Order: sequence, then C-alpha cells, then structure tokens
Amino acid sequence: MNDSRTLAKNIRVQALQMVHQARASHIGSALSICDIVAVLYGQIMHVDPKQPKLNNRDRFILSKGHACVAVYAALAETGFFPREDLLQYGQDHSVLMNHISHKVAGVEFSTGSLGHGLPFGVGKAMAAKRSQQLWRTFVLLSDGELGEGSNWEAMMFAAHHQLDNLIAIIDYNKLQSLTTVDKTLRIEPLADKARAFGWAVHEVDGHDHAALASLLAQLPFETAKPSFVIAHTTKGKGVSFMENSVDWHYKSPSADQLAQALGELNHA
Amino acid sequence: MRNAFIQELVTLARLHPQIALIVGDLGYSVIEPFADEFPDRFINAGVAEQNMTGLAAGMASEGYHVFTYSIANFPTFRCAEQIRNDVAYHKLPVTVVSVGGGLAYGSLGYSHHAVQDYALLRILPNMLIAAPGDPMEVRACMRYLVEHPGSSYLRLGKAGEPNFHSSPPQVVPGKWLKVKTGDDKRALLSTGAGLQIAMDWIQTSEHSARTVYSMPLWSMADKMAQGVQLSAHEEVLTIEDHLLDGGFGSWLLEARAMTDTSTIVRPIALSPDVCGTVGSQTTLNRLGGLYPR
Repeated sequence: MNDSRTLAKNIRVQALQMVHQARASHIGSALSICDIVAVLYGQIMHVDPKQPKLNNRDRFILSKGHACVAVYAALAETGFFPREDLLQYGQDHSVLMNHISHKVAGVEFSTGSLGHGLPFGVGKAMAAKRSQQLWRTFVLLSDGELGEGSNWEAMMFAAHHQLDNLIAIIDYNKLQSLTTVDKTLRIEPLADKARAFGWAVHEVDGHDHAALASLLAQLPFETAKPSFVIAHTTKGKGVSFMENSVDWHYKSPSADQLAQALGELNHA
Repeated sequence: MRNAFIQELVTLARLHPQIALIVGDLGYSVIEPFADEFPDRFINAGVAEQNMTGLAAGMASEGYHVFTYSIANFPTFRCAEQIRNDVAYHKLPVTVVSVGGGLAYGSLGYSHHAVQDYALLRILPNMLIAAPGDPMEVRACMRYLVEHPGSSYLRLGKAGEPNFHSSPPQVVPGKWLKVKTGDDKRALLSTGAGLQIAMDWIQTSEHSARTVYSMPLWSMADKMAQGVQLSAHEEVLTIEDHLLDGGFGSWLLEARAMTDTSTIVRPIALSPDVCGTVGSQTTLNRLGGLYPR
C-alpha cells in the first residue's frame, strides 16, 4: 500500500511536469485519478510490464482519455517504458499523444471522444467470457462523460450478458468542463441508476488507497453482474490551488506554479 | 444479395472460428442460419448501434473478425464516430454490413435510404469499401475481406438481384472488373447496385457498345491506381445509387485530378430530388437521374 501511495505521488509529479513542459490542458482531470490508477497498477491488476501483450493480463481502458498523463506516468513508473520517454509527451512525432494512445506500450485503446471506452470494454469482456478466459477488463470513466448515451447502451448490454469480468470505475469529482456536474446534467442518484441497470454498485473514497484496494480485492462484487465503482474524488487532488477548480481543466501550470505544486507534493 | 451474404458467412465461419456476427436487432429471416449454427459467435446487441460497434471493436481487439449487421444508415451514420475512432483508427477487423444500400427500401423513406454512405466511409483511413454489384460479387468480396482482415464496409442491396457473373470473380481493391466486353473507348464503371443499372444502360442503342466494368472494392488507398486504368479509355461514365457529393464518381474524379490522364469522367449519380420523395427503388432511381434520358 505504501508502494501504491509512492506510485501515486510519482505519477502526480510526472503528470505535472509533462503538462507544464507541453503546455497542455487537463491536469485537474489527471490529478483526480492518480490514486485509482496507482492502486490498479500497484495492487490490483495482473499486468507484466515486460510482456505488455501477455494474453492473460487484465485490460485497462481509460475512457476519459484527456487524463492520459496519469496513465502514461503510471506505465513508465511501473516499467512499461523508460521514464525519460515521458518528456516526449505532446512533442512533434511523439507516440505520447495528448489523449491516450494505443501506440504507447501498455495502452489497450485510444480514446479522447467520451463515451467510447465502456462499449469497447464490454467487447473485451464479452470476448473473454466467450473464450472462458479469466482476465478482467477495467474501464475508468469520468462523471461528466456519463452524459453520453453510449455508456447507458453498454451498461444495459453488460448486465444483460452477465459480464461480471467487467469493472467500470467512475471518477466522480463532481466537476466537468464548465461547471459542476449537478448544474450541467444531473447524474444523481447515480448508484441507484447503476443498480437499476443491473450492476453491482459500491462507493468509495477515490483517494483512499486502503479503501480502494480493499474494495477492488472483492471483485466481482456479485456473480453474474458487472461491477460499478463510484469513486468519490477531488479534481486537481494533491495541489491546493488546483483542487475543485474548473480552471485546471484547461490551464497549464507556469514554472512558478509547477514549483509550488511539486513543493506541496513533496511535503505532503 | 442478403441471402448470398448469409450463406457465404456461414460457409466462411465453418472454416474461420474467429468470425462473429453482431446484429442490431435486425435480420429477421436472414441471419437465422448463422445464429443457429454458431450461437457462441452470434449476438443480438439490441437497438443500440453505438454499443454494437464499440462492442465489435472490443471483440475484434481480442481476435475476432466481427461483422456488424443492420439496415440503411443505422450501422454507419448512427455510430459514425465508433467506426472512425474505435474500428478504423485501430485497424481492427470489423466489417460493417448495411442491407438496403441506395434506395432499396423505396417507400420506407429518407430515414431508410443509404445514399450518403460512401461519402462517410470513404473518408476514413484504413477503411475498405465493399460494394458488390451482384450476389456473386457479394461472395467474392466476403472471401476477400476474410482473407485480408481489416476494417471494412459491406454495402448490400436486398434480395432477388440478378447475377452478372457465373461464379464469384477475382476481386482486388481498386481494380476494375470487366463484366461485359464492348468498345473500350467508351466505358461504364459502376460500384454496388449501380452494376444492375449499368447493364440496363447497354440495353439502349446509344450505349449498347460500351464496355461495362464493376468496382466492388475501393478505398482512399486505391486512388493512385486509377490513372493507368482510366487511360485505357476515352470516356468513362460512372454509375452509382448514391448522391453525387462524396460518392464513387466524385472519388474517381479526385483520383483523375491527381493524374495526367485526359480521359473524360462523367459521374452518373443520384440528385438530391430523391431525398424525401415517396416511391419504389426503380421510380426513385429514375427520378434521381440514373437512367439514360
């Protein structure tokens, strides 16, 4: 667990440096998922950095592809590719696109347009079921993304076909592009909605490594049902002036802001 | 065509265990032979084309060659971004099958008329269009698509189309397939159900001497191969049951503009007058300007 906390901190540091250097957006969205990603890669998922295409690996799909720096950093920190490659993020001809790219070692699927990850993950889970394979498919979605109808099509399908090898994790930071989710397109009561769609639902503090690891160790939550994790998070988590601010969906930290952010992380 | 499709799919699926069929709650009295023989490789995704296509991409990423099946614009325009991003960008072996290409659904109206589908599919890198002109070309295209798995779009008519080949011909993307020999200076080149209309053209005295070609497989990648084939003729009329804008004739004109050929290309394609008009397929094709005046 200490390892996953260290991993999360390293992911945050790398993510901040990447978006600063590339003058890229979406750092708030990335900081929101660092703990979830760290627990998945550090404790839960069966993946082998030396064999990224190993057949029995768990599959991870980042549906909120704009938060890709968190996953790129996690992959580099866990050995899928050298850390120094992260500096290529967003540079001309780099494979490290500013939305997650399948051309990067360890990445299963490119996204960027919202509402694509869950149907694709359903396909992977279906393929595993049909071939009696035991690996699992994890899909990490944003809260605002649930406005896309394709997710609800996929949720109906996954429940109908009893895909208990599929896990959707909602990064529920309550903020979307312009303002709060509640003021934009209300998704509450989210847990009830997911249950009504036939999923087994649990809520968790998306920054509590022990709670996340404990919950995700119980997968599947129910036999013959897909699992739905509502992870309550804070957009911009870990950097005081970025937390709970829509500004950091777009802004890129200056050198001074980067220094302050790294200072906060190092003294946390 | 749809009967040739399902017969060929069943035959191919016996040889290729990776073939799967996902339908969007359509295909009554068509898809049953596949569903009955291969229940583990058949899925009815329900009325949910975006999920159907993402699901197909996900399964294809795990080794399946998935055929998605629906009618008219439902498996294409409704889920265009899933085809663009999930399927074609990832170069996954998914064949999007649409039944009722062109105006085959006649009086069912504009919602059921696939007259802009080439325009959508031909602008996607890695996407191969398969638009067979008769049931034999359906079989030939399907064999090609299974032997060369990739992202593709198969445009079918409905049922009862005549055969213009005695057996499945050899088909190659971008290559003109001679269907009827004639005066090669004046050629007719069709794609999809345009072949049947081209064969009607040569029943008229003015056009009876023309050579007729079909191009059942074509894509963005095949444009540069058109110059040499065009140069063998003085004038080429293209025929398609699709709007002019973004269609097959437009594709060939773009190809022509990239080469030094002096061959005249005149596209015969549907006018937008057909959009919203009630009528049979034949009535609408005539209204749209597909027949000689």
